[in-house]
Amino acid sequence: MSAEGNGATDNGRRQFLIGIGVVAGGTAAGMALRPWLVGAADVNRPPADFQPHAFVRIRSDDTITVIIGKSEMGQGVYGSLPMILAEELDVDPTTVQVEIAGVDPAFNHPFLPAQFTGGSMSVMTTYDALRRVGAQARSALLAAAAEQWNVDVVTLTTDSGVVRDSRGRRLRYGSLVDAANRLPLPDPTAVTLKDPSTFKYIGKPQRRLDSPIKVTGSATFGIDVMRPGMLTAVIARPPAFGASLRGFDATAAKAVAGVVDIKAVPSGIAVIAQHTHAALRGRDALVIDWDIGSSKSLSSEGLRQEWRALAKRPGLVGKNVGDVAAAFRSATRTIDVEYELPYLAHACMEPLNAVAEVTADGCELWLGTQSQSQDARFVAEALGIEPSKVRIHTMFLGGGFGRRASAVSDFAVEAALVAQGVGKPVKVVWTREDDMRGGYYRPLSFNRIKAAVGADGMPVAIHHVTVSKPVLANTAMGKMAVTKEGLDPSTIEGSADMPYAIPNLRVEVHNTREAVPILWWRSVGHSITGFVTNSVIDELATLAGKDPYEYRRELLKEKPRHLAVLERAATEANWGQALPAGHFHGIALQESFGSIVAQVAEVSVTNGKARVHRVTCAVDCGLAVNPSQVVAQMESGILYGLSAALEGEINIEDGRVVEGNFDSYRVLRLVDSPAIDVHIVTSGGPIGGIGEPGTPPIAPAVCNAIFAATGERIRRLPISKSLNA
Amino acid sequence: MISLNINGVQREVEADADMPLLWALRDILQLTGTKYGCGIAQCGACTVHLDGQPIRSCSIPVSAAVGGRITTIEGLAKGEELHPVQQAWIELDVVQCGYCQSGQIMSAVALLETNTNPSDADIDAAMNGNICRCGTYPRIRAAIKRAAELKRGGKSA
Repeated sequence: MSAEGNGATDNGRRQFLIGIGVVAGGTAAGMALRPWLVGAADVNRPPADFQPHAFVRIRSDDTITVIIGKSEMGQGVYGSLPMILAEELDVDPTTVQVEIAGVDPAFNHPFLPAQFTGGSMSVMTTYDALRRVGAQARSALLAAAAEQWNVDVVTLTTDSGVVRDSRGRRLRYGSLVDAANRLPLPDPTAVTLKDPSTFKYIGKPQRRLDSPIKVTGSATFGIDVMRPGMLTAVIARPPAFGASLRGFDATAAKAVAGVVDIKAVPSGIAVIAQHTHAALRGRDALVIDWDIGSSKSLSSEGLRQEWRALAKRPGLVGKNVGDVAAAFRSATRTIDVEYELPYLAHACMEPLNAVAEVTADGCELWLGTQSQSQDARFVAEALGIEPSKVRIHTMFLGGGFGRRASAVSDFAVEAALVAQGVGKPVKVVWTREDDMRGGYYRPLSFNRIKAAVGADGMPVAIHHVTVSKPVLANTAMGKMAVTKEGLDPSTIEGSADMPYAIPNLRVEVHNTREAVPILWWRSVGHSITGFVTNSVIDELATLAGKDPYEYRRELLKEKPRHLAVLERAATEANWGQALPAGHFHGIALQESFGSIVAQVAEVSVTNGKARVHRVTCAVDCGLAVNPSQVVAQMESGILYGLSAALEGEINIEDGRVVEGNFDSYRVLRLVDSPAIDVHIVTSGGPIGGIGEPGTPPIAPAVCNAIFAATGERIRRLPISKSLNA
Repeated sequence: MISLNINGVQREVEADADMPLLWALRDILQLTGTKYGCGIAQCGACTVHLDGQPIRSCSIPVSAAVGGRITTIEGLAKGEELHPVQQAWIELDVVQCGYCQSGQIMSAVALLETNTNPSDADIDAAMNGNICRCGTYPRIRAAIKRAAELKRGGKSA
């Protein structure tokens, strides 16, 4: 289906529908994904296909399929990654089909021996490779055409899936499949890439390819998977972190119509039933004796009091520039303040789930995951089988935000253990409460900051002591990322390397070990450090009696990219000019995941409630492959961060999570959603990430605006808890 | 056996009368476009229409839907022709992860059935029961206005 073949008459939108719909729909209906092909030497290559490598398949009917190994959780990889390959292959990316990859080393993350989607790295880590494999395939098709016409390949050009020669002859890519298969493949590291100034698609806004199936309800998320004979299970989980099972009585539960089986698994007691309703009824009927154990004394308020004391003591030194002690002795004015952030749930709209089928041949899993290789490894370990016997089908993710990159593959392993011995596929569904109370939160964070300004009002020293449970240390990445002293880079990212010029900077860390499981939450350490550092810079500007924007300009004057982003956001927001009565501006900037983002929030405060009217955002991500999705991800990151800043908090009392559903874990709704303007700053810098960098600046931008509005400095999130009525 | 009229077709469902309509749709009839998000009518992911009114299918028993006309996201398009709300959603790139969008769209469609030119306040009120965690709200607001335009005879872009 090349644009050349039917593009002139066909409705482009319908092509998307046919394009991605067929492939994803096929998976949805339970059809096996096509056998995987890697490398040029694969002898099983179907003759009707030209598949030079794992990433693209060209069929004799001109169907071009791009195979994507990154997980789609909303961030748009099923659009942006095909664009990159299609650009060099020289086909219209809106006409390609997207196929969800199986698990294969060809799709491994370049820095990790694993197939993994996270860290805002999908474009930056695949950009060069996808261009090269696209160019390699195009080069092979050109060689095939040159041979067919018996002309020098340099006289040929391509356009939208067609090879042309100087005499006006044309050959469709599909017609060259057999010939290309007979020729040796060009070396992908030696192929000529396009001059970026000639890009037809990269850098130009493109609509999402997955919209048609997502607006018709036909996109298949993990929770939507149906397998023949499939049963559904829910699990009665421990009521507190660290609680253990003493015993249970399943008599009444087994009597519930539709309940098939009940079994203990490491995460609780699984109720396996004909459908979700029966499983929930069965779970309600279980009589369980839990041993709460030592976690009874665990509470977030208790941790907070302990950590306040801890923050007064020296910790591991994460950064030490200059001499803060000397600087404080000579400082003109100082502050000594505490900043606190709560545990936060990811609260993906799709609650956690997985479908597993365990047979004598191994285990097959259907799930929305960010971490395929590790899931396969942990499932294999749990079942005592070879990792090669675990087959993973990646489905659409109803949100990820880091939660679906579980460091322990909790939802995958659990489903495999529930399905083991059942003889049928089992879908394990987490209820909203299971998901919200199941741990793996953004860490609770307590920070003590001493900071000082000199006679000119500019900062002379910041001494930041942070207390929290380290994120990377509790994942497989800990081994390579955490220093032997125990310093976890995720705890100090954004504070130790803040872009603001601080002549004397000391960052210290206390690693905690409470029983509450924590995990990376969209932007990891940056949503914590971004709030603390940007609030403190504002406090220092106030101390100096200076405008917070002008103050930041001075502190960023040696950093032209940062300065340009800051100035763009402020200029577009009309910083310093009159606002509607009662509205005030706040500003913040954070560099994270290789991108620089500044935001100006326009806020009013009435009767103790902050209302955010507008957010003006500037972003420098180096190259915006699909600018419309860069804008979408900024909007997304802002609203995710705003939701957390305004109302988000997970509290622990007596070892139990207080919040359980959206009635108590309040999230942003449309009525409170501000207008958002996003401006892309083109710097020509290296490619940065886009999924996460929009999140860190919003909380401090809003809190700085609240200070401008009320004189009240928010030092503890969420805002709803701190703001005086 | 319970008989339900879903998307214009009479379907027989083997379910207890008190099974929430959501699970009958998803687990029994395999109409998985309607989503589970919270189970307590807080998030709107399960929104369907009963006699044209938006309802949270997680919180009404299947027996309450007997005799009514149920419309789900699967029943919105007329053959290949998408509903104007779906068209506007595509045109403005509303979706991200997409999980909440069936419910968002069903709420938006219901709004536009009774209000051909909704104000921001109308949209706030009609969409307040639908949560999105990807932050598509600004585009949802714009797309509802665009869909209203399309319904009034505007051209599709």
